Amino acid sequence: MAREVLSGDYAQSYAAKLARVDVVAAYPITPQTSIVEKLADLVVTGALRAQYIKVESEHSALQACVSASALGARAYTATSSQGLLLMHELLHWASGMRTPVVMGVANRAVAAPWSIDVDHADSMSQRDTGWIQFYAESNQEVLDTVLAAFRLSEDEAVRLPSMVAMDAFYLTHTVEPVDVPEQADVDRFLPPRSKVGTLDPHRPTRLGSFTSPEHYTEFRHAVASASKAAAQLAPTVEEEYARIVGRDLGGPLPRYLTDDADAILVTMGTATTTARSTVDALRAEGRKVGLAKLRRFRPFPSEEVRALGRTGARIGVLDRSFTYGAAGAAATEVMAALYAASPRPLVRSFVAGLGGRDITPALVRSLYRHLLEEEGPEVVWADLKVPPGEATAEALHG
Amino acid sequence: MAKLTIPAEELLRSGHSACPGCGAALAMRYVLKALGPETIVTVPASCWTVIGTPYPTTALDVPMLDNPIEATGASVSGLRAALDALGQKGLTVVGFAGDGGTVDIGLQSLSGMLERGTDAIYVMYDNEAYMNTGIQRSGSTPSLAWTTTTPVGGASRGKLEPKKDIMAIVAAHHPVYAATGNIAFPEDLIKKVAKAKALSGPRFFHVLAPCPPGWRYDAERTIEVGRLATDTHLFPLYEVENDRYRITRRIERPKPVADYLRLQGRFDHLRVEEVASLQEAVEARYRRLLALESASA
Repeated sequence: MAREVLSGDYAQSYAAKLARVDVVAAYPITPQTSIVEKLADLVVTGALRAQYIKVESEHSALQACVSASALGARAYTATSSQGLLLMHELLHWASGMRTPVVMGVANRAVAAPWSIDVDHADSMSQRDTGWIQFYAESNQEVLDTVLAAFRLSEDEAVRLPSMVAMDAFYLTHTVEPVDVPEQADVDRFLPPRSKVGTLDPHRPTRLGSFTSPEHYTEFRHAVASASKAAAQLAPTVEEEYARIVGRDLGGPLPRYLTDDADAILVTMGTATTTARSTVDALRAEGRKVGLAKLRRFRPFPSEEVRALGRTGARIGVLDRSFTYGAAGAAATEVMAALYAASPRPLVRSFVAGLGGRDITPALVRSLYRHLLEEEGPEVVWADLKVPPGEATAEALHG
Repeated sequence: MAKLTIPAEELLRSGHSACPGCGAALAMRYVLKALGPETIVTVPASCWTVIGTPYPTTALDVPMLDNPIEATGASVSGLRAALDALGQKGLTVVGFAGDGGTVDIGLQSLSGMLERGTDAIYVMYDNEAYMNTGIQRSGSTPSLAWTTTTPVGGASRGKLEPKKDIMAIVAAHHPVYAATGNIAFPEDLIKKVAKAKALSGPRFFHVLAPCPPGWRYDAERTIEVGRLATDTHLFPLYEVENDRYRITRRIERPKPVADYLRLQGRFDHLRVEEVASLQEAVEARYRRLLALESASA
């Protein structure tokens, strides 16, 4: 195990290298670019023996990965924001074809208006594509999760693609110490891909195909079952990772000081770090608050959320994206999971940190205060500057 | 007696779901005859999505991968990369796409594949409209043709714009090999595909594939219509090898374009002067081809 100082982007690149990917296809987009630059270096110097396809768009990047993966190659790509939106069609193909591609996502806001900063709208918009979705809090978690994602995705019972998302700039361009596992350990953890479900180049079969109402439902149900299998299998994969590499990934919803909490905040990505330190500060002041990190958004950890609900605490869900006409994307899932809970806890949807706006300790304090002291509206845009009702076109464009 | 040069082996099985007289089915049949069984085909949304027969059957005796309509060029790059990475040698990767999936929505990924030098063959079977969805005009529909989105009536005379010159677009990428082919001249087509198979790098085919329901002629006349396309100079057979143009079927006394047009209901509405304008356009294009041939000789 070597400790290196790595950005989140490089953590992705080194994870792909350790996974011994066969094929990389990627198109540059800020702030993902250094992932694919580093991979290009690794391939050119011979440190990674992979085919690197220089594609002309993200759509083609994912198509190339899906086609390569269909033949049994281990394929990796990375993108962000608009690039992920352009890939949307292929995201469905990847899960439908059961190709276990792994993709790094630098979570960035989507246009219009332009913003290159952190926001989760890009990957949240891909919620229903059949991809397994992880959100990382640190660069260490980025590296570990990419490796675990390959293992989970490629399991014969799963064969679904995974995206490992990380916050733009806070992770992609911030360096921190990362323990890089030994290649031999990764090789033990992540064996070569099984050929199950792949296209045999010497056998006349058709992959993709054309279906009638006689078969289509069963194909969709197979993806649903595989997603369920992924949730069931994930703990085993993480145990294996802990046993071989020595790090605990914490499951889909790691909890922090939740057992006696009156208020719990559910966070994703780097906002978790800020929230954790705020929990410590509030605890020191005698406030019983806790935190749960939503590490895996798909398959959604409904059971774990229900267990969280049984603490009796009020629950706030902090989303860096919004599902227009409803609430934060993670909040709607948490609410749905808790609908049948008895007693049903109070849940609030907090939307903040869009387009790179800082989620500060003061903001997190205000969210806990909101949960502890107020009933308040169900959906709160917690860091809005223009008061509601005054967001005129003039104010926005002036 | 002349020796037949068409390989006997069939890699397209009977029982496929093409319409009677389908040129696209013949295009696949001849291309696979030339390439043999060590071939992988990737097919976008097109008539061939259906011709290939639905799940759980397949009409081909080679593996076939489906891909979305605009991504054939990327799919061939992915397949090639996987074979190379996995050390699978001796296989030919073929993208087999329609005209809309190539000259319109698929142009970007085709360009990408040609530019990045993917070692694969891309075949565009050209039935000159979006036939699978019901005869809507594509960039490859010829001028004045009737389609369901270029109806004839009132002031409308069918498609206003000329056919997109995909061979010129492809040639501008300087691929190792590009050629036209016509299902009515299988020996010429098979010879070219076999030649291309022996080369490496990006290779492109523009294959004319007449379509009885879309072009509005009787199914038994597909070969006749196809032959006339070439014998009128409207669809000349040629190849571009390392930027050198060579016409592979030379017709000294071409037939009038009217002979080709009058067989097809999609041109039924043409007036004498419109036929004359198409004749002029065909002659002008053929002169440019001759000039390219002599300039690159």
